[in-house]
This record gives sequence, C-alpha cells and structure tokens, in this order.
Amino acid sequence: MIRNFFIIAILAGLAAVFVSLFWNFGDSEVLTPLATHYATNGAAEVGAPNLVTSIVVTYRGFDTLGEVTILFLVASIVSFFLKREKLQPETTPKRETSEIILTAAKLLVPIVMVLGIYVFINGHLTPGGGFQGGAIIATAFVLLLMANPDFKINHKIIATVESVSGIAFVLIGVFGILLAGGFLDNKVLPLGTFGKIFSAGAIPLIYSFVGLKVGSELSNILSNLQGIQKEEM
Amino acid sequence: MNLIIIIVLSLVMIVMAVTAIIHKKLAVAVIATGVVSLMASVMYLLMAAPDVAMTEAAIGSGLSTIIFFYVLNKIRKAK
Amino acid sequence: MEIIALITGFALILVGLYGILSKRNIIKIIVGFSLFDTGLHVLIVTVGYIKGGTAPILDSVVGTTDVASKIVDPVPQALVLTAIVIGLGVTSLMLAYALKMYQAKKSLDISDFKDMKW
Repeated sequence: MIRNFFIIAILAGLAAVFVSLFWNFGDSEVLTPLATHYATNGAAEVGAPNLVTSIVVTYRGFDTLGEVTILFLVASIVSFFLKREKLQPETTPKRETSEIILTAAKLLVPIVMVLGIYVFINGHLTPGGGFQGGAIIATAFVLLLMANPDFKINHKIIATVESVSGIAFVLIGVFGILLAGGFLDNKVLPLGTFGKIFSAGAIPLIYSFVGLKVGSELSNILSNLQGIQKEEM
Repeated sequence: MNLIIIIVLSLVMIVMAVTAIIHKKLAVAVIATGVVSLMASVMYLLMAAPDVAMTEAAIGSGLSTIIFFYVLNKIRKAK
Repeated sequence: MEIIALITGFALILVGLYGILSKRNIIKIIVGFSLFDTGLHVLIVTVGYIKGGTAPILDSVVGTTDVASKIVDPVPQALVLTAIVIGLGVTSLMLAYALKMYQAKKSLDISDFKDMKW
C-alpha cells in the first residue's frame, strides 16, 4: 500500500514538471541556426537530395559509427549467452508447417529481399537508407526461418558478411582523412550531377555497407533466439 | 482533417498502452505494444518525417514483436 | 495540432514508467521499457516541427533555392533514426537476460531474485 502511494506520488510530480514545461510551448516559425546552415549549404557541400541522409552519414557520421558498434556488441553478447552446450535431440514431435506459409514464403522472400536492397541503394534520393533496408532484409530472413524450422544456417557466411562490411565502412572513413577533408568525408569520389543514382560521392557506398551490416546482425540475433545455431567445435 | 486524424490516433495509442500494462495475459500485452508502434508510425508521417516513419514501422511493429514472441515461446516450452 | 502530439508523448512516458515501477512480471517490465522508448521518440520528433513545413527532401516541389523557409527541422529526425535501432538492441538484450534468469530459477517473478540484496 505504501509502495503504491509512493509510485503515484512520483508519477504525479513528473506530470506536474511536464505540464509546467509545455505551458509556454509556442510554435516555432523559423528554423534554428544549425538547421538553417544544413538546409542552405547541404545541396552544395554534400550533393544529396535527402537531407536526413546527408546529416546521418556526413555531418554526423561519427555517431553512425558509434551506433554500428553498439549493434555489434549486442549481437555478440546475445550469441554468447544463448549458445547450447551439446546438441540435444528435439523431444517434442514437430508439426508440419502449414501449406499457406510454405507457398507464401516461396513467393515473398525474393521480393522482400529485393525491396530491402532497393531501399538502401536509393538512400540518398528518396526516404530510406541503410537502417530501414537492413530491417527489411532481417524480416525476409524471419519468414525463411518460419517456413522451414530445420534451416541450417551457415554461420560462417553471416559472420563474413558482417565483418567485411564493418571493416569497409571504417576503411572508407580513413580514406576520407587521407584524400579529402576529414573522417567519413564523402568527397573521396566525385560528386556528380544532383539527383542521379551515382551522385553524392561516397554516400551510396557507405550506406550500402551499413545496410548489409545491420541486416546481418539482426538476422544473427533472431536466429540465436530461435535456437538453431550450432557450435562449431 | 489532419486534426481529426491526430485526435483519433492519440486516443487509440493511449488506450492500447493502458491495456498493455493492465491486462493479465502476456500475449495481449505484446500485441498491444505492436499496435502502439504502428499508430506512432502514422503520426510521424503527419509530422513530415518519412524516414522515421519507415524505420519505426519496420523495427517497432515488426521485429520487436517477433523477438518478444520467440522468447515467450521458449519459456512456454520449458515449463 | 502539435500540442496533442506532445500530450500523447508525455502520456506514453508516464504509462511506461508506471509499468516499470509497479509490475512484478519481468516480461511486463520489458514491455514498459518499450512503451517508454516509443513515447520519448514521439516527443523528440514533435519538437522539431515547423508550422506549414514539409519533409526535408529536396525534390521538384521544394527546389534547391531558399530551402530554409519550406522544410521542417531535420536534426531531431536524424537523432531519432539512430535511437530507434538502439532501442531494439537494448530490448533484445533484456529479453536474453530474462530467458537466462528463467532457466536458472524457473520463475518470472522479480521478487524471487533476492540473492544480491544486502
């Protein structure tokens, strides 16, 4: 009873703080100075029509490197926790997967994978990018796992794709230091014409590697939670 | 018109969030969380943020719900 | 119109916090964390909205000259993009821990795990 009373008191205090914060909330009519600089100089300096992509990859590229590192840490910790000691044989009899899921998986998995790859290749022209494309690829992977529960994943392929993408991302960043302005500068490749697919310097390349890395890491987490990773001793 | 859509979305979000916390069954709570993410994704579109809407729809109401159900299934099998 | 979205964000934060503080089932606590995350992201994106602005993509409607008076603020959207993916990572890590705790003691009630209490 006392515990409930304290919880309600804390929440009421927080609600009072929130109300006093938005009592003076007025609509802003004009952008902040930082956003004005990004808006007016974004097209000339970076050359990508999608302003959010140019902020995530070029202006704030270091934060993206940190986020990719955090995802790598999460994937390795989950895989470390959930490994199985020896392969116990399944004791419960497995049901046959239903016909609807088998047919739908055969039709849908290639289409969804192509959609994911399209989303992260065109990240600098339309809304989209590496994270969205990676999540769509992981969803296609889950459909594959559900249709065939005995699908033996070759653990080495996923690990190779993930490591190569991570190293390539950091290498492009280091080339930015050697050949152009700073870390992850996108002027290592020519800027090209505004609005074509091979424009905006190294942004399509960087975002493709980020998309592949995010997709393979999320697939790794999901297959660990399903429990079919085998120990390669 | 936008105002009506935002009011309806807000009401559905808050009702589903309260259901997710109060209901006794765990499966209902997880599905209610997925519905909250879906409504938030439409609200991001009304706030002129298409990138964020795509990310929230794919990750919040897709992968997060699937991960919850995998873990619930393992707990139910081990009982 | 932004006031309604702001109130929704705050309400989701309060509901999520109530779920974290007062429930005993570990999976319910994790659901509360997920609701807290969603409410916070709605709040951050709403703060960056400019009245009458459009999406920050330079297509044929917006053009490339005098962009700063037509678009909404793109910086909070870039921050929330990263935050959503990290929120998924933290949720999956918490669920892996919950699975291991259940395998150790066969119970999902958080008041059974009193080993480290002074």
